[in-house]
Amino acid sequence: MSNPQQLRYSKEHEWLSGAEDGVSTVGITEFAANALGDVVYAQLPEVGSTVAAGETCGELESTKSVSDLYSPVSGEVTEINEDVVNDPSLVNTAPFEGGWLFKVRVAEEPADLLSADEYAAHTAG
Amino acid sequence: MSSNAPAEPRRTALDALHRSLGATMTDFAGWDMPLRYGSERDEHNAVRTKAGLFDLSHMGEITVTGPEAAQLLNFALVGDIASVGVGRARYTMICREDGGILDDLIVYRLAETEAGSSHYMVVANASNAQVVLDALTERSAGYDAEVRDDRDAYALIAVQGPESPGILASLTDADLDGLKYYAGLPGTVAGVPALIARTGYTGEDGFELFVRPEHAVELWQALTKAGEGVGLVPCGLSCRDTLRLEAGMPLYGHELSTELTPFDAGLGRVVKFAKEGDFVGRAALEAAAERAASNPPRVLVGLVAEGRRVPRAGYPVVADGQVIGEVTSGAPSPTLGKPIAMAYVDAAHSAPGTAGVGVDIRGSHEPYEVVALPFYKRQK
Repeated sequence: MSNPQQLRYSKEHEWLSGAEDGVSTVGITEFAANALGDVVYAQLPEVGSTVAAGETCGELESTKSVSDLYSPVSGEVTEINEDVVNDPSLVNTAPFEGGWLFKVRVAEEPADLLSADEYAAHTAG
Repeated sequence: MSSNAPAEPRRTALDALHRSLGATMTDFAGWDMPLRYGSERDEHNAVRTKAGLFDLSHMGEITVTGPEAAQLLNFALVGDIASVGVGRARYTMICREDGGILDDLIVYRLAETEAGSSHYMVVANASNAQVVLDALTERSAGYDAEVRDDRDAYALIAVQGPESPGILASLTDADLDGLKYYAGLPGTVAGVPALIARTGYTGEDGFELFVRPEHAVELWQALTKAGEGVGLVPCGLSCRDTLRLEAGMPLYGHELSTELTPFDAGLGRVVKFAKEGDFVGRAALEAAAERAASNPPRVLVGLVAEGRRVPRAGYPVVADGQVIGEVTSGAPSPTLGKPIAMAYVDAAHSAPGTAGVGVDIRGSHEPYEVVALPFYKRQK
């Protein structure tokens, strides 16, 4: 399992891309997708809503369980991935690419996001 | 100093093999068991269309032998075990004195000696094996019969799915065509002595093979090789659960519990009042049968989602804003392509097609269609 170097990671297993015009992309990591199993339903935050770092903003449902989705960052949701809404298995097959979840105009980024290597160490234990 | 740390989980004879196959392991009833090897949906579909291989060594085998083994089982269980023919198996239950279900069981009648001694194998759920063993031991007092804990004597491997007869036939001389559903006979598979049973928990044709633990790896590998060309894949407990749910089969702890009698669970047919002799729970079960006839209890029904949100065990079933039942098992159904659930609902809302029924999914009332069980029935 490899975590892209250019992303930053939360301990709750979300990833955050670098900001383009102040807008970052959020998804869950391959580690989290594997742990969930086949994702069958994704409830994503509404476009225009405000999310807060470390707080619940949706849910991901897999065959065996339902898991809260946390936002790794605070800001306003500008777009959600309709492809994932229509085909939640994208979260499993392409967690770092086509399976991204939402985009957020970043208001505030927590200082404790992890680098790829730090996240790898976090999930190794 | 006392310790409340949980005991180390038990490992089956196939544990190292599961890990070499990359299985995601999970704690199940004190056992470390494979949850899935890859995608649970792919495993599910393989069993429906080709074949799947399961390690079920956590199931609890109890051997009951002796001249009065049949009488003991007739007294201890609610079924008519004495009437089971040699080489046949029966689905039955063990109840408390108050009629509550202690476990559901499969009882195999394996042999009969010339001296009139019978040999039965009782297979209990992993989570209840000790309870069943204790109850059978206690209830054996006064009977000329021996109850033996054989949990460590067997590994259990199941091969399930439409390709399973062909796979097994390539490894055994046993007469599989002559082996009916719910029958089991001793034989040899891939050179390994096995009790070959045509039983399963998937809704498909298939076999369960009881072997000595030291033979488990050899048998698993032989089955894997024999199934290579026809799409056999190793399968974990996750797909076993969706397979049995689609097939409408109850799971202890979900559809069955000590809080329910067989009549409350819609399985009153397993209780045989007409058998010879008394049995544990008779009086309470007779009362439960009368209650069920005059004042229908909640009914176990199937629910099919119109949307995509998945009902889980314990979620309320609602109609007109009122709680009318409770989900006992729920999952996305790979075969139907929609979330499904089993639920106990008030009799008034139990008819297939009843309008206005929903499931309260974390505060939101999602529409569900009431259907008859099972959700899936294989074509024969």
